[in-house]
Amino acid sequence: MTDTSRPRPAVEARGLHRRYGPSGAAGFEAVRGLDLTVAPGELFALLGTNGAGKTSTMEVLEGLAAPTAGEVRVLGLDPARDRAALRPRIGIMLQEGGFPGELTVAETGRCWSGLTTDSRTVDEALDLVGLLPRRSVRVKQLSGGERRRLDLAMALLGRPEVLFLDEPSTGLDPEARASVWRLIRELRAAGTTVLLTTHYLEEAEELADRLAIMHGGRVVAGGTVDEVLADHPARIGFELPERSGPHAALDLPSLPGAEPTIDGRRITLRTTDLQGTLTELLGWAARHRVPLGRLDARSASLEEAFLAIAASDAATTPQIGRAA
Amino acid sequence: MTAATTPAGRLLALGRAEATLLRRNRTAMFMALALPLVLVGTLRSVLNAAAEHTPGLDVNANMVVGAMGVVLLIVVYCNLTSAYTARRSDLVLKRLRTGEATDTEILLGTAVPSIGLALTQCLLLGVGGALLLDLPAPMNPLLLLAGLALTAALLTALAAVSSAVTKTVETAGITTLPLLLVAQLGSGLMVPLESLPDSVANVCRLLPTTPALQLLRIGWFGTDGSGPAENFAGTWGQAATPLLLAVAWTAVAAWAARRWFRWEPRR
Repeated sequence: MTDTSRPRPAVEARGLHRRYGPSGAAGFEAVRGLDLTVAPGELFALLGTNGAGKTSTMEVLEGLAAPTAGEVRVLGLDPARDRAALRPRIGIMLQEGGFPGELTVAETGRCWSGLTTDSRTVDEALDLVGLLPRRSVRVKQLSGGERRRLDLAMALLGRPEVLFLDEPSTGLDPEARASVWRLIRELRAAGTTVLLTTHYLEEAEELADRLAIMHGGRVVAGGTVDEVLADHPARIGFELPERSGPHAALDLPSLPGAEPTIDGRRITLRTTDLQGTLTELLGWAARHRVPLGRLDARSASLEEAFLAIAASDAATTPQIGRAA
Repeated sequence: MTAATTPAGRLLALGRAEATLLRRNRTAMFMALALPLVLVGTLRSVLNAAAEHTPGLDVNANMVVGAMGVVLLIVVYCNLTSAYTARRSDLVLKRLRTGEATDTEILLGTAVPSIGLALTQCLLLGVGGALLLDLPAPMNPLLLLAGLALTAALLTALAAVSSAVTKTVETAGITTLPLLLVAQLGSGLMVPLESLPDSVANVCRLLPTTPALQLLRIGWFGTDGSGPAENFAGTWGQAATPLLLAVAWTAVAAWAARRWFRWEPRR
């Protein structure tokens, strides 16, 4: 029986390692000691640059690959060893679909429905993702976005307790993305645990209860969106006019909680209280009639946090996307 | 209400989808359907010359059993090697592994339509042979069925092994060639083993596909062509060695398939 005071995590990984190829320099360690806990009913986003190890991690959690080291539990079961017991309770959407191009949408659904315990009807699943009008179309004739939605529909056939979504909205147009987000929110509201990967920061900010940012095979930041942002202050940038001279910063009022960086005339303030610091700054500028050139104020965003983390390792180029 | 899925239900679901794909694959369908007709036409002249070497088996008997063997090779072995390779490169196999079907069910389910089609054609060849070519009724139907089942199982496993070294559907024609040649030339399909020198024939009897195909001959005609026909009871003695060898080869091929089969393309 589950301990009701502290519910068993829906997904748990401890000290997870995954290595491709032989040990030593010839191989590659994609996941290097990852810890992860997803509570039941939670929507958890795994963020990272390309090559951060997100998909390698997901494949282990899904039971498609065995970890090189470490412990994995999904609903208390070992996803690789207890595959047969676990499969009827989880739904998986891989990063790339895997449906034969020569089958129609409905034929694909019928096959998957036959492979799914207590399956929804095919039309019900297709309707969830708005693909019902396309049911007689061959998969090869679907657009990339439609294929992603077909993939999602197949993952939802069995009304899973835990849903693994590897980049669910990649390739979707803005309208389809909005409807997929709405669907994911509805599933979460109905109690489904969702673990998704994304490189759209906006997607994690919109959807996730908690998130983890992966970099170089490890989780480098994690928590709620607010917790992750707390470590990353807001930023105000502006240029002081020429006549203020090289010691411009000395003219600045003391701004509590703000940390100035000076680069010639360009001043960058990092602050945890954006509104307070900005009010002080603008008041000071108005009183002294100082024009603030190229003024720019930005609250902490995942993007900022993400860039800061990616920049901490110059060897990897961050490839972040913005939801269009 | 739908309940938990069963192995049979999952095989049916996979098999039905794969049958639809097979039906829509013009090349595979043409090969599968035109082949038996072409074979019956061409094998006859080849085997006319060989008939004198096989006491107890005439041209027609050799031809029908040979055609069955080639049909099984092309429709089960070649077709499935392509199918496994295609499903792997389209990531269909990887996606299926995220579902409830076990690994074995995924491979068998994919094979169901090809095996079904090949066995149907064998049945037609058999019935056609009996009616049109005046062949006798099978001496030992159990051995005949065992031979068909073992050949189908062996070729399915070998197709899985072959697809492990096949990167694309286009190269499947090359990777299937060695076994195809060995089986056609060395398993008595085109050239009766009895027309070969003894030492060569003895080696050929140990080849992977020979024992299972020998069972077809012994089961139907009471002899593999090396001596006069036996009666029902006598066929068991003659079939013992090929039966054991066929089971052993099938087990080895199944083990190799489990060991080397790849579920997703190399990165």
